[in-house]
Formats: sequence, structure tokens, C-alpha cells
Amino acid sequence: MPERFTQLTSRTFVLPQESIDTDQIIPARFLTTTSREGLGAKAFYDWRYDASGKPIADQALNTLDTSEHRILVAGDNFGCGSSREHAPWALMDYGFRAVISTSIADIFNSNALKNGLLPIVVDKETHERLLADPGGRVGIDLEKSELTIGNAPPVKFSIEPFARRCLIEGVDPLGWLVDRIPAVEAFERTQGHAP
Amino acid sequence: MPREAPRTLLEKVWDAHMVTPESADAPGMLYVDLHLVHEVTSPQAFTELDARGLKVRRPDKTFATLDHSTPTAPADANGKRPYVTAEAEAQVATLERNCARHGVPLAGWDSDARGVVHVMAPELGLTQPGMVVVCGDSHTATHGAFGALAFGIGTSEVGHVLATQCLLQRKPKTMRVTVDGQLQPGVSAKDLTLAVIAAIGFGGGSGYVVEYAGEAIRALEMEGRMTLCNMSIEAGARAGMIAPDAKTIAYLRGRRYAPQGEAFERAAERWLALATEPGATFDKEVRIDGAAITPMATFGTTPDAAIPIGAAAPAPRTESERKALDYMGFTAGEATTHAPVSVVFVGSCTNGRLSDLRAAADVLRGRKVKSGVRMLVVPGSESVKRQAEAEGLDAVFTEAGAEWREPGCSMCIAMNGDVVPPGKLAVSTSNRNFEGRQGKGARTILASPATAAASAVTGVLTDPRMFARGPAHA
Repeated sequence: MPERFTQLTSRTFVLPQESIDTDQIIPARFLTTTSREGLGAKAFYDWRYDASGKPIADQALNTLDTSEHRILVAGDNFGCGSSREHAPWALMDYGFRAVISTSIADIFNSNALKNGLLPIVVDKETHERLLADPGGRVGIDLEKSELTIGNAPPVKFSIEPFARRCLIEGVDPLGWLVDRIPAVEAFERTQGHAP
Repeated sequence: MPREAPRTLLEKVWDAHMVTPESADAPGMLYVDLHLVHEVTSPQAFTELDARGLKVRRPDKTFATLDHSTPTAPADANGKRPYVTAEAEAQVATLERNCARHGVPLAGWDSDARGVVHVMAPELGLTQPGMVVVCGDSHTATHGAFGALAFGIGTSEVGHVLATQCLLQRKPKTMRVTVDGQLQPGVSAKDLTLAVIAAIGFGGGSGYVVEYAGEAIRALEMEGRMTLCNMSIEAGARAGMIAPDAKTIAYLRGRRYAPQGEAFERAAERWLALATEPGATFDKEVRIDGAAITPMATFGTTPDAAIPIGAAAPAPRTESERKALDYMGFTAGEATTHAPVSVVFVGSCTNGRLSDLRAAADVLRGRKVKSGVRMLVVPGSESVKRQAEAEGLDAVFTEAGAEWREPGCSMCIAMNGDVVPPGKLAVSTSNRNFEGRQGKGARTILASPATAAASAVTGVLTDPRMFARGPAHA
């Protein structure tokens, strides 16, 4: 069930690279877990730790105060690659609640919304303003679908309406589907899918 | 009454699976015919079902296997399997337990059907035209080769399908990629695939379902079509599809889970009627000249960064591309055919099928893997392994100095202990060349099975046509 999301004001953390894939967000060797907990320690692991497992000193992700920097601003095509939901689990456990890019890969986008990590796609100009001001203060208002960068006028963004409702009202998508099982049964009877 | 507008393959499959239509407020409920499950992306979904007291609603439409975390070295004399960690072993045991509790069929260690999920399901005849097929794995698009709508989902959605057999989905946009002409001799489905991804771009297919069409696609055998559809996600597209034709029907006839007898003939008729109708329109059209494609290999750290083998690596256009070239150790303006290759991997859901192993063996027969190169050949399934051994391919590989392993995902995702050492260069028939994909610091060149084998012989990235033996061995 997704964590609720209505408003967030926080500082950004910027990773300007394009096409940050889910193998960067959490390397595959950490996917042998059967839990979704505690994956923040593995987020961007191969960027944060050297071959001997020591933290890399000048890697900002190792010292970031995630209570202050909860919005990740990333380069184009963020979250591409595998379908692992461990990627949003790791990012949220690390401390992020929103990701902003000029495009976000389909499966990552869907997985992020299922957990309450808000994926926001912005135009190039807005993105450049965000890239130019790492650590800047950004306000996100999901009810208004508005992003406020510093003192500038707000910018609109769009989120799939059902996912938006799930995040704001705490609607649980699995519960919503389970409530509609009678419709599934009717479909199975008429379409020849009965057990 | 107005005539119904001509529909695409995707639209026909989509319309037939809408339990409730999408509206402005809510996505549609899309019915799933086949849900494939493996050990890595399912445990948390089963935990969620348990927490809510839910059962797997249609175990008869669910099929599981073990592939990602499984060792590819054989068990010891006591039957102990060399798992990379106790956690990997526990993950496999968790799926075995979940399947037993919920009555989900599992092609496990004791099964003659176990294999990489996207190799196994088609060869069992589980995958059929017109189906909606999902799996917690982004290479699920493989099954689109049969004219199924097949795409990868996350673990939350795995739970949705287990509990309800449905997914919440909005209709994707459609793209048609038409590949005209005939592929040249010595050019494989993988070369075509890398050329298609380079043409669309890494994120260029985002939001689309791709239909592959044209003379070069029709000419591909089913295994080549699977290779192409498999990598649709590497262009950002969740699904790729090919209209069913006589090759599709011939492939499926007699498969274990395909309809049998009269029922098969009736199904075949329905399947052939799924093709996109003349006049149907796509949101985007891409055309590629198949005859112009030569053996391809990647030079960067995204699968679209592919060039003809022997061509110069292009100058980076962005900071990210410059970093990728640095990571790979290549120089803009120079060919990538001089760097020493340390590891060669033949296998994966992209290129772990019998025809792939034959292509690699054809190059290796009577030759040796160059000293200092480690070559790993991993069949995609138990069935592929049996057939390859019946043909003596295993002997070709081992006599050449390659390792012949047990089926699994192996070095493609490198989570089972099969890894490329840090900094080393690998030529791999798999699907992703991301930084560290095949092991921390590993550098990956994606290429075809024939290219991989040729590179194993020479120790550098090599166009396999230099080893062509003429039509008798083609």
C-alpha cells in the first residue's frame, strides 16, 4: 500500500547523469532478499563504496542529510532497465520521497507510485533550473499538481489521476481490485476463462 | 452502421482483455492469461497476500520457475548446490514453499522443464498468441514474439495479479517498426535487435508497445523473433509484438501446454486472425533497411550505444556519453576491436536458446578459446541443455576450452556468483551493458552468439563473418 503523499517542501539532491538505470539504484546482487525493508543501505551502493566496501569519501550520497534533502533531481530517462521494485524501495528507505526528471521509465514510474515515491516529469527549462541549483528548496503540492522552485511562480505537473487519488486519499490499489472480483468472475464466465 | 475501424494486433489483444474499461478517473482492469513467477521479484508479493489473508486466485494461470539466484555449477555428490550465499538459497526455498502453499505449478530443481523464465514458457507452449502475459521481469516482452501482449511488472503488481488475475492499466501508445529487405548472410537476429534499439534510442520507446513488421521480421525464425522482442525494454518500450503466422503455428504445434488435436486447429485459426488489419494506424512509425545491417556490438553503457563491429566509436554528445566511453575504456574515433577481452558469455533470455548455441558452436568447432579468455556457455533451460547435448554441442564447447553450465540467468544479471571481474572486458550475448551489470566494475559489450564465439577465439571483439565456413555449415 502506498505511503500517502499530499505536500512536501524540501531541498533537492541532484544527480545530473542521464539514464540512471535500476542496476545503479540497487545492484542485482542485493536482490536475493525476501524482504522490502532496509534497502536504503544498498541504494547506489557501487557509487558509494569502493571495491573493499569502504565508503568513498567525496561521494555526496554518503553524507547527505536525507531529512533535509528528500527530493531527487535526476537526468533524463531515470529508472530505466529492470522491473525491480527494490529500486523505489531503496530510494524511499534511503530517504527520498520524490524524483524529478525530464522522463522516467515506465515500470519504475509505476513501481514508484505503488509505494508513495512521487515521480514528477518536468519540461527541459524547469529541469535546467533545478539542475542549476543543487540543494535548492522545492515545494510539491500534489493536490494542486504544482511544483514551486524557490520563490518563482508554481509549475504544473501531471500524475495519472487514479495513482494521484491513491496517494492523496490513501486508496489501496490491491484492495480496490479485490473489491471488483465479481466483475472479474463475470468476465471469466463470458470470455471462456472459467477455471 | 459505420464499419469498425481497422485495428492493430495490440488493440485486438487489449480489447479482448478489458474486464472494466478505463475512464478519466481510473485505469482499465486488464485480464492476465499467464502469470510467470520467479524467485527474485515474488517473495514480497506472497508476503503481502499472506498479510491480507488472500489466496492465489488462479494458480492454473500461474507458472513458476527458478532461474535468477540459482547456481549454474552442478550439485556436489551429496546433492548440495553451490549457492552464492545462504540468502540466495533461502530465496529459492521461499518460492518453493510459496508455490506449494498456494498450489502454483513450479518447474523446480526436480523438473525437466526448469529454465530461464522467458526461455521455458515458450518451449512448454504456455505462451500463446493473443494472450496477456506478465512477469516480474522486464524482459517479459520476449513472449510478444508469439503475438501475445507481454510485459514486465513490479512486485506490487505481481501481488495484484496473484490475488485478482488483473492489472490496472491505461492503454499504451503504438509504434510500428518495419524492417524491410533481407538480412545479409552472417547477420543474426541479435544484430538486427541492436540496430533497431540504436534507431529508436534508449528511451525512445517509452510509453509505447512496439509491433515489429516487414520482410526481415517475417523471415526470422521464432527464436530470432524472441531475441528481438526480448530487448524491446532496452528501447524503453514495455512490450514488443509480432503478428502470428505459419511459423508461430508450426512452433506451437505439439508443445506440452498448447491446445491439442482439433482444439489446436481452431486456436490456430483464431491466432492467425490477430494480425494488424490493413489501414490500421500507429502513433509512431519507424522504418529500417534490414539489408544494410552488419554484425553489431555496443561500445557504451546503454544498449542503444551500438555500432557495426569495426566502426569507430562516435564522439560523445553529452557528459553521460563521455563518462560511458571512459568507463568502457574506448576512444572516440577509434574502433573497439583492439581491447583485450577477458570473458565471453553465451546465454540469457535473449540468446540462450538452441539456435543461439548452434551459432556459437559453428564458430568454435575445431577452434580453441584463446588462452586467458574465460568462456561460459549457459543453456537457457533444461530442455535446451538436453537438445544441445544430444547434438554434441556441449563437446564442441568443452573441447574448445569453454565451460558448459547448468541452465539459469547466470552472468546476465550476475546475482548467482557468475560474475565478470572488476575492470575486465566481456563480450556477452545478454541484454544489458549497464555499468556493473555483470559484476562491480565489469565492462560489457553486447553482441550475438556468433560474435561472442569469434571474440573468444581471437581475444578481441571480432566480426564472426571472418570465420564463415560457407553454405555447408551455415
